[in-house]
Amino acid sequence: MTTLAEPTGSPAAWPDTYGDEAKPRMGFFTDTSICIGCKACEVACKEWNLIPDDGLVWTGESYDNTSHLGANSWRHVAFVEQRKPLFVTGDGDRAAIDAEPLRWLMESDVCKHCTHAGCLDVCPTGALFRTEFGTVVVQEDVCNGCGYCVPACPFGVLDKRDLPRSPDDAPLALPLLGKQEDGRVWKCTLCYDRLKGGHEPACAKACPTDSIQFGEVDELRERARKRLAKLEQEGWNGPRLYGADPDDGVGGFGAFFLLLDEPEVYGLPPDPVVPTKHLPRLWASTALAAAAVAVGVAAAFLGGAE
Amino acid sequence: MTDRTPIEESRPLTDGRPGGTTSWKGSVTELGSRMDSYYGRPIVKEPVWQPEIPFYFWTGGIAGASSVLHGVARLTGNHRLAKTSLLIGAAADVVAPALLVSDLGRPERFLNMLRMFKVTSPMSVGSWILFVSGGASTTAALLELAGKLRPVKWAAEVASALAGPPLATYTGTLIANTAIPVWSEARDELPWLFGASATATAGAAAAIATPLGAAGPARRAAVAGSAAALGLAELMEHRLGFVGEVYKQGEAGRYGRIAKAATTAGAALLATRGRRSRAASVVGGALVLAGELALRWSVFKAGFQSARDPRYTVIPQKERLRARKGEA
Repeated sequence: MTTLAEPTGSPAAWPDTYGDEAKPRMGFFTDTSICIGCKACEVACKEWNLIPDDGLVWTGESYDNTSHLGANSWRHVAFVEQRKPLFVTGDGDRAAIDAEPLRWLMESDVCKHCTHAGCLDVCPTGALFRTEFGTVVVQEDVCNGCGYCVPACPFGVLDKRDLPRSPDDAPLALPLLGKQEDGRVWKCTLCYDRLKGGHEPACAKACPTDSIQFGEVDELRERARKRLAKLEQEGWNGPRLYGADPDDGVGGFGAFFLLLDEPEVYGLPPDPVVPTKHLPRLWASTALAAAAVAVGVAAAFLGGAE
Repeated sequence: MTDRTPIEESRPLTDGRPGGTTSWKGSVTELGSRMDSYYGRPIVKEPVWQPEIPFYFWTGGIAGASSVLHGVARLTGNHRLAKTSLLIGAAADVVAPALLVSDLGRPERFLNMLRMFKVTSPMSVGSWILFVSGGASTTAALLELAGKLRPVKWAAEVASALAGPPLATYTGTLIANTAIPVWSEARDELPWLFGASATATAGAAAAIATPLGAAGPARRAAVAGSAAALGLAELMEHRLGFVGEVYKQGEAGRYGRIAKAATTAGAALLATRGRRSRAASVVGGALVLAGELALRWSVFKAGFQSARDPRYTVIPQKERLRARKGEA
């Protein structure tokens, strides 16, 4: 275990394990200030990755009927309606607009492809792995649906897919094996197959405003800092980068964001930390507790057999 | 066809407070933090684990601590108690993996658990512990019943006793190593709580099945384990602070109260009457077993409840950010 307690800035054991096949770390910069909420990313993702339908529900929550990332939604566009001004400093036209402040925030959420990924750390089968592009992918032919990654993700990205088996599926003899579900976990692969072929991921390709930008993470971070400086200079209300800092609790995101309000407004955690950050101490505590069980049971024999 | 129950159905309505609606957007909490939420929707996902899992925590605990009880009984020459706890441990060790396999989304791929050994995954470590413990204790139990191959039986007994304590405690580590607020924030207590609970249940099970003359250590283990589990549960709730309120609400609260009542009554009965009366030992032991099962349920359900309400995810994180800013 390359210790996760220390911030390293790059994923553990990557890219060394790939030797000559290592590639630069790829990711997304999602600039929500130019998102128009068209959901082309959601649709492109579903089509390219052959993700099944997960029901049609009208939520009444602005234009958002996807609601959250999950096994069958690897991009999710959040819509927030706010009585807040779009700009902090207003004169002329801006002052007139801000007399009745109203803004509509849209953000295309996605798996963060963390530098220190909780899902990958806790996966007991090795189904989750770090690709040569530094992204985090589930191998569907290895995952046995233990579900540990689901609560281990600080962002609630992964989920287990639950779909009825088709009538053509062979019936399984044991009731134990006859579950009516896909049973595996699914999430964004950053279009691993497209990357292998030298293409950009489907969502970035489909995005008409370049709100979703794909590229090398280092370069995207630089671009994001410039964009943030521009918005600040123009007097936008509340711009900030989310996940661009390699010193944060997950070592920075491979897919990070420019937001216009606090992360929790978009349903994102304000200070995400990879669970395994605390694991060295937790294991030490577990060893002590195990020793206490042994000592405690032994002590129970002191009073004799009766 | 949906992934999980519609959010409207899973919205908690506890203590008259709607846990997931926009009506508390921007509310001022007990801690004085303001927070908004995205339509009250959860941030972390609720676990997808089924009821098999709390039953496994309980069964695995019995298996682990029974192996220790058996080992020490053998060393001190209490062979009657050693045999009972060996058989109880082996039975629990057979049931435990069946529960785990049944919970998998793809049960036929259960062997993938042994594809690798990962210290970053308590579930991987635990699979190996259970593999060793289960193999050793069932081997020892079968050889004990058959009365054959003594050296192999001895080796199996040693392996089983050594795998026991980690088997009794690692499940607490497993759930503490998640992003679920009420589990993650209790990481200093959970392995200890589960270890104490395991000791209580192994002692209780052996106290039920062993004649009074040999059951003393089992009874004392049950009483001490119960007392430790009750104290640790109290300490955990107290240290969790704001997040710990889920232990007072809903199913976590209900099972928590059952756990306290049943464990206290059972341990008291074992401590006062267990020495003289077999009937009291059986009733007291059963109460402790039931109480500790309720404790595992309470902890399990608390995880779901704390994941469902974004306040438990957001507020501790905002407090953390504020504290860090204060330091800087």
